[in-house]
Amino acid sequence: MHSLLGSDIFRNAFVIGSLAALCSSLVGYFLVLRAQAFAAEALTDVSFAGATGAALAGLDPLWGMLGLTALAALALGTLSEKARGRDVEIGMILSAAMGLGLLFLSLYSHHSASHATAGVNVLFGSILSVQTSEIRRVLVCAFVTIVVLSIVSRPLLFSTIDPVVARARGLPTTMLSVTFVMIAASATAIAVLSVGALLAVSLLVAPAAAAICFSRNPVRAILLSALFGLIVVWGGLFISFLGPWRHPPVGFSISTLAAMMFLVARVSTARRRAKVPSSQAHPTLEMRGE
Amino acid sequence: MLELLHYAFIRNALVAGSMVAVVCGAVGFFIIARGLTFAAHALPSIGFSGAAGAVLVGVEPVYGLFAFTIMAALGMGLVGEKARERDTAIAIIMALALGLGFLFLSLYSGYAERVYAILFGSILGISAESVRVTLVAGCLSLALVLVMARPLLFSTADRQTAEARAVPVRFLSLAFLALVAVAISLSIELMGSLLVFTLIVGPPATAARLVKGPFVTVVLSSALGLVYVLVGIWIAALSQSLPVSFVVSALAFLVYMPVRLAAHPRSLREEIHTCTHC
Repeated sequence: MHSLLGSDIFRNAFVIGSLAALCSSLVGYFLVLRAQAFAAEALTDVSFAGATGAALAGLDPLWGMLGLTALAALALGTLSEKARGRDVEIGMILSAAMGLGLLFLSLYSHHSASHATAGVNVLFGSILSVQTSEIRRVLVCAFVTIVVLSIVSRPLLFSTIDPVVARARGLPTTMLSVTFVMIAASATAIAVLSVGALLAVSLLVAPAAAAICFSRNPVRAILLSALFGLIVVWGGLFISFLGPWRHPPVGFSISTLAAMMFLVARVSTARRRAKVPSSQAHPTLEMRGE
Repeated sequence: MLELLHYAFIRNALVAGSMVAVVCGAVGFFIIARGLTFAAHALPSIGFSGAAGAVLVGVEPVYGLFAFTIMAALGMGLVGEKARERDTAIAIIMALALGLGFLFLSLYSGYAERVYAILFGSILGISAESVRVTLVAGCLSLALVLVMARPLLFSTADRQTAEARAVPVRFLSLAFLALVAVAISLSIELMGSLLVFTLIVGPPATAARLVKGPFVTVVLSSALGLVYVLVGIWIAALSQSLPVSFVVSALAFLVYMPVRLAAHPRSLREEIHTCTHC
């Protein structure tokens, strides 16, 4: 057991997993508040195309993901703030990206014999095969993500809560929104590296959604979200490495824990939320007029 | 070009593909109008875990597919209607289901290609048996769409009035989601669970920007879907390496982009709302 915990594999997985948890749960708070869960899902699928494309071209998957998601973020960020109609545009971007990813994957698997493993690694995560050389790049990427997010967080929160007043006060709401989706894109790339394109959305959405159930105060909710994210990833790694039963894959443990956390948060705060009119369950909801 | 028709599997793919394209085109219009795009993206992923589970226990994947998608569709119908909370819940449930599918996949020690075919789709594996199932279930779905179309449009365009006029809004909503689950399950074999979504959203999104009126939109949407699928199968069969799902998604996107850029910059939902009113 100790040899396993001391191994390079575990140490790298632990570092990447923690960085992914921090970035995605911080970004996730804004994603959930801005009702952009579907956009987050689209970003993960764009990352899939980026990673497979980079693999085909012999580049580092992280750069492929960052490049392609940044492009998609330009398109996603300029879509209107209103949820109506937005989801169709997101859907078109998502399906085009997914198709491209499948094309790259099928071309790539023509080169190498191991079709199955290549697909599984990108789709469901390869946290156990992260190279030590990759850690530094991910660290830089995570650092930039968190710094930029903390710089824009106040105006971003303002324009999320009340876009009309924010615009009237002279805040560049469209630019903020594009910047935010760019930040979300790099958080997504890190999450995809650790849990894979299909499961990354659970890290992006679940901890934040659970935190928002518990606290109406933005600072407290953001901190809680980061804490939940770390618990989910550490717990998932722990179960998969030391669990009693056949060592389930890491992606499965993490996505299941994340869903459990959301479920527990919803159920345990259900009575409190029923008392408050649902529009006041969070300060931002009443002002968005939903 | 026509000698491709000598192969039985190509004929099967063409027949089954045409059926699912028409059904998805019609159902997709209502999906967009009702704001269920994300749900339509999540259902096939949930179906994937059902299929992987079925393969693991040694049952035909189709049964797992139907069971999981229909259950998930009914669950989504019950979760509620508020967009923000629904989206969050859908995202988390979808990831949970995919994680479960991944677990099944890792437990399954047999021939994993079968599970991959469910994720990515294939024109090779469509048997005469599944063509028959697709034709029967597809015709039933189309008939159901026809029967439900008017009250469904009414309750989509103006829910309150529809409720006041004693239209069973809640029941319609659940029945429609079950129908979506069937349409998706039928299409997964060809398109793969990761890209069925293209057939559901691409054609109606393009059609709704081109024409007015629900009936014309549905017909155009089904026609577009049919063209995408037939061309997709043909190109995939000729190239022998391109996945059909990729060709269909590329076609859908390439047709949609110019239409979207040329169209009046009104929100799509508004367009659909005006056309459901007339």
